[in-house]
Amino acid sequence: MTTVTLAGTPVEVDDEGFLQKPEQWTREMGEEMARSAGIEKLTERHWQVIDFMRKTYLDTGAAPSMRALGKTSGVAIKELYELFPKGPAKLAAKIGGIPKPRGCV
Amino acid sequence: MADSIEKVSIVISKGSLEGVYPGLIMGNGARMEGIEANLFFTFFGLDVIRKDRIDKIKVGTVGNPGMHMPTWIGAIPGMSWLATKMMSRQMDKIDIPPVREFIEMIADSGGKLYACQATVDMYGLSMDDFVPQVEKVLTVGEFYELSAGGEIIFT
Repeated sequence: MTTVTLAGTPVEVDDEGFLQKPEQWTREMGEEMARSAGIEKLTERHWQVIDFMRKTYLDTGAAPSMRALGKTSGVAIKELYELFPKGPAKLAAKIGGIPKPRGCV
Repeated sequence: MADSIEKVSIVISKGSLEGVYPGLIMGNGARMEGIEANLFFTFFGLDVIRKDRIDKIKVGTVGNPGMHMPTWIGAIPGMSWLATKMMSRQMDKIDIPPVREFIEMIADSGGKLYACQATVDMYGLSMDDFVPQVEKVLTVGEFYELSAGGEIIFT
């Protein structure tokens, strides 16, 4: 566990940079993390996925599976990978300030 | 991150449900991590991408010590059907999709699917026999070429 400064605020992250306390998160931090992950500008579609991930995590205590993300976020799998080429579930979780998803699918 | 895996090529050679899922899960999981994934279907594994067999993949109940039941019970008609039904239900609970949906999911994720030339020749098949997600038929040499610089996983 290390402390880094995101959007001017110190936050706790794990080795891969996932926020450990979702309540510390702000949208500005999300934008900063997106840029360091190679996504210059977060569009409405990106936010739809990020908000869905975050909401599911906060409501249920677990991030959705890739299958659930493709079926229920309103963004299909193909587009998910266009938006987040380096792994939609993983990246959207990181940008949305929740821990790394633990699921295998 | 010099130690990270950038590409995997997964060979799926078995035709039973328990034989094909590990490779499918690893292929899909690779894409989830942003890793390039090639899936190569060979021998009985070819059933996974055959239009006429993709929905008929079953758990092997005979000669499978993992089932923890005597072989003669596994041989009773309907046993394999029952075991398949039970396993599929369990997998659906943890969001592992049925084979056809899994193949669509992997292809939509950017994973590439290939059929093995030798097996295609052996069964006298052509691209028409495969689901549309299959890219092409590859010889073993082409498979190695495609896999260059990545990890090869045999299942």
